[in-house]
Amino acid sequence: MDVNHPAQTFDYVRSADQDSPVAALHPVVIVGAGPVGLTLAIDLAKKGIPVVVLDDDHRLSTGSRAICFAKRTLEIFDRLGIGERCVNKGVSWNVGKVFLREQLLYEFNLLPERNHQRPAFINLQQYYVEAFLNDAARAESNVDLRWKNKVVGVTQGDESVTLSVDTPDGIHSINARYVVACDGARSPIRGFIGQESKGQVFRDRFLIADVKMTAPFPTERWFWFDPPFHPNQSVLLHKQPDDVWRIDFQLGWDADPELEKRPENVLPRVRALLGADTAFELEWVSVYTFACMRMEKFRHGRVLFAGDSAHGVSPFGARGANSGIQDADNLGWKLAAVVNGAAPDALIDSYCAEREFAADENIMNSTRSTDFITPKSEVSKLFRNAVLELARDHPFARRIVNSGRLSMPSTYADSPLSTPGDDTSFNKGVALGAPAVDAPVQVDGRHCWFLSLIGKTFTVVQLIDANTLKITIVGADQRENQTVFAEPSGDWKHRYSERVGTTYLFRPDQHVCARWHTYDEQSIQRAVNRALGKNAQ
Amino acid sequence: MLNIEPNLANPDAFYEALIDMHRELTTEQSHLVNAKLVLLLANHIGDVSVLHDAMRRARDSEAQP
Repeated sequence: MDVNHPAQTFDYVRSADQDSPVAALHPVVIVGAGPVGLTLAIDLAKKGIPVVVLDDDHRLSTGSRAICFAKRTLEIFDRLGIGERCVNKGVSWNVGKVFLREQLLYEFNLLPERNHQRPAFINLQQYYVEAFLNDAARAESNVDLRWKNKVVGVTQGDESVTLSVDTPDGIHSINARYVVACDGARSPIRGFIGQESKGQVFRDRFLIADVKMTAPFPTERWFWFDPPFHPNQSVLLHKQPDDVWRIDFQLGWDADPELEKRPENVLPRVRALLGADTAFELEWVSVYTFACMRMEKFRHGRVLFAGDSAHGVSPFGARGANSGIQDADNLGWKLAAVVNGAAPDALIDSYCAEREFAADENIMNSTRSTDFITPKSEVSKLFRNAVLELARDHPFARRIVNSGRLSMPSTYADSPLSTPGDDTSFNKGVALGAPAVDAPVQVDGRHCWFLSLIGKTFTVVQLIDANTLKITIVGADQRENQTVFAEPSGDWKHRYSERVGTTYLFRPDQHVCARWHTYDEQSIQRAVNRALGKNAQ
Repeated sequence: MLNIEPNLANPDAFYEALIDMHRELTTEQSHLVNAKLVLLLANHIGDVSVLHDAMRRARDSEAQP
């Protein structure tokens, strides 16, 4: 029952490791069963890697928290088997409205390009995503989920990492070849190894209220600057499933978080927004501050950091959970290849190079949004207000209004894993380092989506004639290659190439790592090796 | 490339219009009007290297004693 997911709890179960006279050795231990840790666990399990997940709690997150899941995240979830559940449960929206004081400044429509399987984004409470990921993780025999297992110590060795784990039955030790810390912004693992996340803390506070109501508000994103019901601050209203609305009130730095959380202080704010006649129930309230920060390195020996433990952003733009899930997607195939002996340990360094770059991109975007929404000086506020006042009648100014730039996946333009090939002589298509773009194709006369055909491992896609794509899933050796023929749609050709002979090589995370105008077996093999970190030049 | 050579056909008339634009405004209102003017002109120019050059010159001349 979906409705009960928020209350779902998981039992602590004593593991065999606790009775073992010598500490067990696991290939991968993930700390933290949030969206990032579970995404990584399922991905590794599907690639044949047994994985232990430790979590100090035994329940799903409470409150909506991350609510906006972007197209790229849904595509990653499709490979894990939960994309459809998320989209079916989630709320899709396209229209956004921006208000200044009591006036509608303008509205925008984010109607996505046609013929993609997934929408630009959906709104869905984090606990649903965690619940769906949990179901998927429990269906994998390779995933060993251990609740109420709290890491209390980390010791790095040359060959493995030793974790001290506290449980209701006491402390025991386990070893792992690799530990991935997906343990959140306050990451205890980060503290145990003496590292920190550094950056800019914003001196502002926000109140989040999840409000249940059946009032006929449209399914749109409404953002107010300086509204009459909450002067001098900003307010964001978003619809979620189950008639739950998420409202974010900017409070300013001087607000007392404990005081603001009390229902007698929250209710009047919500009533002022919704109108006195609207009946509603308060589901969840929280006050938060935020920082844009990251660890200098996401890898420390055999300990890797992913998601909020590695980097933090402001909530404007939905870049927290979405970028964390992309971290997991980037790391999964690399860790699997290294653990399987198909790639050298150095491949994992490319995770850091690519995702540290992505973190900088996310931090830049969310810092810019923050500076617009909460100006830090008189002159910054002056220009912000000038932009807003011009926006009503001047289209150019609407492009400057920044109420959050929604999460887009990073393109790893300078990745050491990419092979230049013929990239620079393509005048369109999907660029080197960019994630694959979806489009309809037909297999045996039946409609299907291009993204569903690629990305279980390296995939070669070749336009062999005007109506035929040859899609080769690259196996551990050539005899294990699997080939599918598909008919590309006009959209596919428009998005990739119309030129017969065009050959794309996709990594297991569906990013392009080489493309050519002609098919050449040897070039492909060299590019695969390079993407596995075997012959970086 | 930012043009710093004379480009206004009638500099006196331009200057008069600029000052007139602020007539009967409070200092606060004038600041807002100036900010809007900067934004309108920046969009018209468009070329970000020209804008950076102008920003640098505006800031450097301010920093001099």
